[in-house]
This record gives sequence, C-alpha cells and structure tokens, in this order.
Amino acid sequence: MPNAHTAHGLENGLENGLATRHLLSIADLSRPDIDSLLDLGETYLDLSVQKDARNDVLAGKTLINLFFENSTRTEKSFELAARRLGADVINMSMATSSAAKGETLLDTATTLNAMNPDLLVIRHGASGAPALLSQKVSCAVINAGDGAHEHPTQALLDALTLRTRLGAIDGLRMAICGDITHSRVARSNVQLLNILGAEVRLIGPPTLIPQDADQWGVEVFHDMKTGLKNCDVVMMLRLQLERMGGTFVPSKREYFHFYGLDQKKLDYAAPGALVMHPGPMNRGVEISSDIADDPDISLITAQVETGVAMRMAILHALSLGGVNG
Amino acid sequence: MSKLAIRNARLIDPATGMDAMGDLLIEDGKIAAYGPALFAEGLSPDIETIDAGGLILAPGLIDMRVVTGEPGAEHKETLASAGRAAAAGGVTSMVVMPQTNPVIDDISLVDFIKRRAGETSPVKVYAAGALTKGLNCTDMTELGLMSEAGAVMFSNGDKPVADAGLMRRIMSYASAFNALIAHRAVDPYLSQNTVAHESDFSARLGLAAAPPMSERIMAERDIALVELTGARYLLDLISSAQTLPALRRAKAKNLDVSVSVSINHLALNELDIGDYRTFAKLDPPLRGEDDRLALLGAINDGTLDIIVSSHDPRPAGDKRRPFAEAEFGAVGLEMLLPAGLTLVADGQLDLTAFLRAVTCTPADLLGLPQGVLDIGAPADLVLIDPNKPWQCDVDDLLSNSRNTPLDGRLMQGAAITTICNGKIVFDSRAS
Repeated sequence: MPNAHTAHGLENGLENGLATRHLLSIADLSRPDIDSLLDLGETYLDLSVQKDARNDVLAGKTLINLFFENSTRTEKSFELAARRLGADVINMSMATSSAAKGETLLDTATTLNAMNPDLLVIRHGASGAPALLSQKVSCAVINAGDGAHEHPTQALLDALTLRTRLGAIDGLRMAICGDITHSRVARSNVQLLNILGAEVRLIGPPTLIPQDADQWGVEVFHDMKTGLKNCDVVMMLRLQLERMGGTFVPSKREYFHFYGLDQKKLDYAAPGALVMHPGPMNRGVEISSDIADDPDISLITAQVETGVAMRMAILHALSLGGVNG
Repeated sequence: MSKLAIRNARLIDPATGMDAMGDLLIEDGKIAAYGPALFAEGLSPDIETIDAGGLILAPGLIDMRVVTGEPGAEHKETLASAGRAAAAGGVTSMVVMPQTNPVIDDISLVDFIKRRAGETSPVKVYAAGALTKGLNCTDMTELGLMSEAGAVMFSNGDKPVADAGLMRRIMSYASAFNALIAHRAVDPYLSQNTVAHESDFSARLGLAAAPPMSERIMAERDIALVELTGARYLLDLISSAQTLPALRRAKAKNLDVSVSVSINHLALNELDIGDYRTFAKLDPPLRGEDDRLALLGAINDGTLDIIVSSHDPRPAGDKRRPFAEAEFGAVGLEMLLPAGLTLVADGQLDLTAFLRAVTCTPADLLGLPQGVLDIGAPADLVLIDPNKPWQCDVDDLLSNSRNTPLDGRLMQGAAITTICNGKIVFDSRAS
C-alpha cells in the first residue's frame, strides 16, 4: 500500500518541498516539481490513502479559503483536501463579507494575517490579486483562480486526470475550445501542457481568442472542423457571459451551432477522443448533454474526483516548504 | 433543352477585357458558347435568335445597394416592382439592404427575401444582413447563421456604427466566416442633422452641412480596424475626394478593402440641389464638382471598385417638403446603366472600367458565378445600345416610387434587352 502521507518518508523528489513558496501561476513550477506533484497526486488518488485517518501532514495547521467569487467545486475541493490531511479549515465567502462593506484587499490581508494561517487559498475577480496578497501575508498563498489570469490547480488536476486515463501527456494533441479570452483555466493549461510536451490548439471565434494568442506556443483555429482534426483530447470551456461587457458572440444559438461540442463535431477529432470541461457547464451552449454524460467519452466527473487528490498533493507539498515552520 | 442564340453582337467581358464582334449561345440558362462567327454553319430554325445588330452584349449588371420597401413599406417598393425596374435597367442581380421593417437581422428574414423574390422578381435578389439587431448599433447579429442561410454581405444600412469597440468585434467575428462587412463612411456626430455638403454654396442656402472630413474620419477608422482584424470590408458609398488618399494607402497595404460609390455622385454635384430640389437630397450629400471629377478618376484608375445605384424609393409626399425635412434618397435601378453610359459618351468615364464596377467586381466580392462572359456561367446578360438618345421622364419609370434627380436629363445609352438565367426579362423593342 502506498504511504504518501508519511510525509517524512517521501521518495518522489519532494523531500525538501517545492522550489516555490506560493502557487500563483504554472510559471512558479519547474518540470521536476510538476512531475513530483503529479506523482504525489497519483498516490492520493487511491481512496484508501486519501481517506486514511492517519493522514496528519497538515495537523495543527490552518487553511483559509478566501473566495471573492462564488465557487462550488473548487472551494469544497480545497476544504475536503485540507481536512483529509488533518488541517483546520475556515471558509470565507467574501462576496457577502467585509469586502462587500468596502474593505480593500490589502486590509483584508492584514486582518487575516493576524490570525496566523498556514495556507491561504484565494479566488478573486481581478487578475493579479493573489500575487498582491502574497506580498502582504506570511503564509503560503494558493491561487484558486484570479480574473482571466490563471487557475493553476485546475490545470494540474486536468493533467493528472489525463495522465491517469492515458498514461502520458507527452505527444498528445489537445484542443482547448471556446471562450479563451476570459478563461484562466485556458491560460494555466496552455502553459502546463506545453511544459508536459502536448501539442496545444486553441479553437474559438476570433472575438474570444486573444489577438496575440498565436505567440503562446499554440496553433489558433476559428473553425471546429479543421481545428479538431486528429485531436486526442477536447477541452471545452464555459462561455463566461458574466465577464463579457458587450457582445462577443451574437447569441447562444449561433455559438452552439458553430462552436458547441456535439457528436458531429467530436467526430472531426481522432477516433476515441476524450472530452474535458472544467465546469460548471452550460449544456446546449458549449457542450451537448449526450457528450457531457457519456462515461466513455467524458472525463468531466473524473476531473472533479481528481481535484481532491491533486489539491491534497499541492497542500502537502507546499506545507513542506518550511514557510511557517 | 431551351436554347437562345444572340448573333452579331459586340461582346464585352469586363473581367478579361475582351471586346470583339461575335455570337453567343445560351443553353439551359447558361452560356454554352461564344466567339466570332459561332453560327457560321447555320442555326437550326427552332432555336430562338436575337439579332443584336452590332449592339454591346455584356454581363447583366450586379447592383450591390438596393433599398426596397418589402417587407414593411410595400407602397414604396416591392421586390416585384424593384425587380421589374432592375430588368429595365439591365440589372440582373441586386442586393437588398437590411433596412426593411422588420430589419433583415435574422435567418427568417433572409429566408423571406429569398423565397419572396424567387416568387415575384424577374431578376436575382440577394439579401444583405444587418450588422446589429434592429440596426440598433449595440448588439451584433447572428452573422454566421445568416451567412449559412444565404446572406451575401452585411451592412448596417445607413446607420453608421459609432462604437469602434463593437465594430472591431463585428469585423473580427465576421472574419471567421470570411463574411463581407459593408459600412457607411460617416461619422454620425459630425454629420448629425446635416442635409448638404459643407461649402460656400450650402452656407448661402442656409442648410446644415456635413464636412467631407466626416467621411474621411470614419474611413480612416474602419481601415485601421481592418488592419487590426483582417476583415473583408466594403466602404459603402463614398462621396468625397478627401477620402481617396486613405483608400489608396489601404490598397497599397493589400488590405481587403473595397469601395463603392453611387452613380448619382458620379453624375451630379452639389449644384444640382439648386433651388432646394429635394429630389437631389441624398445621403451622403452631393458634393463639389472637384469631388465628382476625382471620383470619376478613381473609377478609371481602379481606386474605386464598385458603382451602385443606391436605389432608395421615396413616395412624392416624403420628398415634397422643405429641404431640411424631406427624406434622403433617389431611385436608381433604371438609371445606373444609362447614367453611366452617358458619362462614357461624354468621355468622362472609361467603358470597361464602368462595366467592371457593375459586373465582375461585385460578383467577385459577393462570390457569385455571374457577372462574366464565360462558358458555364449563368446567362445573365444585357444588350446595350451605347448611343441611344433619350430624355429621362419620371412617368416612364417602372419603380413604385419615382424620385430621381435625373428627371428631364438628356441621356445617351440604354438597356435594350435584358436576359436573366437565359430568359428574356426585359425587351424594349417588344413594347
């Protein structure tokens, strides 16, 4: 039986923790760190390891979930991961808290710092907010999504999901489809997948792909038929209507017609292609239900399941950094 | 197999520059053969034959800017009445603008135009979809779905989109479908409430006037957006010499920018509004004689690509008002060809340059197979008498509205016979 939780006996390169103190961006991680994190995540995928009551690597430590935007899966996933490692968890929904009363982010940071947390998980609508926070607190900061910038733990769990299902990521042809402009998931995934040796394509209407995205080490397509050709994995993104000022696409009807994933468009991809989605899904806007719910095609539920294991690995690894110790 | 033979014609194909005497054979609505002495070995007597008598046989005209009143204002013009006027003017294809009521901003309206025109119009009708919903200048329409439904281009009618951010998104979005975006070169603030060209003349008349810079500013903005987005773009209806340098720069940069001008702005100038003649109240306004001559020169040298009728029917009641209150617009389907030929006869316009701008260039831009004399191409043809002298009389117009500023003018040249899909749809010698 694997015994990842006996932290002091780690044999996967994480003996001294990660090179980074915070996890703000995929760019904080080296290739060896990424491989070690994914290896550790893999051991936590085993439910008997994950739920082992002897897990105590975070015993006596406090994690604060600081969410300025509503979240279901990410917040609960961090909470569960931390609790399974023995940490105390405080959830702060800032959408209904002092921030709503006008407190600035840095004032909130000072207040929280006075409570001496060990890990701070933050989601914020403004790109760069976690980085600003990390300069003002004395604990490890984990970016759980900032504006249209990054969502590194999502990219890591996506990578672990793929590695678990397909064995390797190196050489895979991946299409990331839809609203790239507003997607932090896409930005983190492009970086991580490039590091891991996948060939990445971005597909979407020109209004939803940044003007210079072709300089990100990806190929850009505006047509699903040509873009999906020979792709092994299709990652669909949510159309983030709430982040759009003005019209980027004319209607949901037209968007689904040209860019929504249904069986016909999936047939353009390689035979047996797998489908991912970071959630929450807009059924009938970017993905049809028959695709999303087909367990042979869809990795969407697996992504959520992997999320807890991957975040346990991340919390575990960051706690080894001796940041507070 | 239905056949139609045309003998003894001066065949002009503006696409290739061919200009030679010869014959042409139509089979099943398509051009089957053409060339000198095509029927030297005789023709079977059961084939219908037209003796052209040395007149010009050219591709039928493609008019890229026609406003009708169907749906919504059928008293001004229906697709049927516009189609009859078009046939009489040698126009075998026309693009109807989206400013109907309701606006052509949805696939159901594109379908309606196609179906209704198919039932009632003797010539081909294509729909231009709106750029924004209800021409509201804020919400992008379903450009992709309308393209698939058959909209050949997109335009916001006569309402310019002032919001550069929205225009950027429209152009950028449309580039994925390679859709053609047409836009009026008007700064809506500079031109707000104006009715004439800004000049000494309009100032003396006491008319609120639009400076040519209004056109240039919007043209420069849109060309910059084309450079940013890679859109296919048509600068719709220019009127001023001030705009030409920007166009020449855009073309030198190989941007996909085309430009149209109305026949009125080649044939008339601001003095034609004379004593407050509202029939010459147009949008854009008629400008100075220098502008008119510069536009003609730009057609001849290829800077301007397209000539349109800018057909805009207005009932007499909308025109017989004080100048500032009268509606803009003139009918033009029946005047596009004769007014162009008159300029050719006067030595102001090159015949091939003129015909290119009303046949093969619009066809290329719209992706249509007609507009050329080519074997297998649709037999959309017009037999032209380039010398026929006549006087324009509004009472002779077939359009439901008869607002033309050319009333009473002496013209030289006219369509004699018009053929659409191999069928004779107009024959002046028959009536």
